[in-house]
Amino acid sequence: MNAALFQYLLRLGDTSLVLGQRLGEWIGHAPALEEDLGLANLSLDLIGQARLLLTYAGEVEGRGRDEDALAYFRNEDEYRNLTLAEQPNGDFAQTIVRQCLLDAWQHEVYTALSGSSDARLAGIAAKSLKETKYHLRYSAGWLVRLGDGTAESQRRAQRALDELWRFTAEMFVADAVDAEIAAAGIGPPLESIAAGWVERVSAVLGEAKLVRPTDVPYSWHGKRGQHSEHLGYLLAEMQSLQRAHPGAQW
Amino acid sequence: MSTVDNEWPLFEVFIRARAGLEHKHAGSIHAPDAQMAIDHARDVYTRRQEGVSIWVVPSTQIVASDPADADALFEPARDKIYRHPTFYAIPDEVKNL
Repeated sequence: MNAALFQYLLRLGDTSLVLGQRLGEWIGHAPALEEDLGLANLSLDLIGQARLLLTYAGEVEGRGRDEDALAYFRNEDEYRNLTLAEQPNGDFAQTIVRQCLLDAWQHEVYTALSGSSDARLAGIAAKSLKETKYHLRYSAGWLVRLGDGTAESQRRAQRALDELWRFTAEMFVADAVDAEIAAAGIGPPLESIAAGWVERVSAVLGEAKLVRPTDVPYSWHGKRGQHSEHLGYLLAEMQSLQRAHPGAQW
Repeated sequence: MSTVDNEWPLFEVFIRARAGLEHKHAGSIHAPDAQMAIDHARDVYTRRQEGVSIWVVPSTQIVASDPADADALFEPARDKIYRHPTFYAIPDEVKNL
């Protein structure tokens, strides 16, 4: 059980961490000062979630690894985040589409986990859900404005959606870890959160006047450690200081 | 004007620090519309728990007095010091006035 829970916590924590790191890349580059702060706020929320989840993962693993050991001293193939989270920022539309798809997923997951049989995880989920509700309001709000905005913003939003949609199948493909977690009452069966996610995302896309792309049967396997080519570069930047100066503190 | 105006409109932001207090002017932000202005105000002005409620008002909707009229508007109050309640003897037993 502990092995499955460890993997499950890494999947949640790594997805938040990698997405938070990606959003941090916008700092100083966002289209407006207000968005600079907005994206940084999302980033800090997500990194905060990752800290709680990875700290717990380290305790479950029982090998003395803390949040920093897990964040800075695991290689690409040891990361368990959803492949979607590591996709590049692209333009603002691509960042918003990626964010909205993942916010809607986290909304379903954290809602379900708030009632987890694991009290510690339920507490982390309840805290994270409050943050996620704002994240979704932000990203869905922007997606509607981009999709239902100018011809240029509509074109970019649809292009980003077409590019990123293929990574969403991974959210709902259960493997042995997911099955064990669901059987123990710790996490939701993935098919149960898929329906809520589809409904929520479809509503946003409808309001945004964007066309939902066709589902692609091929699923990506970031949560098994098989990543796209983008994660390695992200980790190299994020981990370089701790790798060069292990244990360095502010 | 031949140039396209790409600037977002400006909104004035008012924050209520705690329940029971009034909203106070905190500053201004740019946003594409009123709803997004609330989100921007939240991200820019309430990051350190500064508030429990936000108002935003389009800056173009603020009607302001003209600084050139300041003499006519505010000078006449200067010599009416009797409007300040400073001519009353305060009884010793009244504290904290």
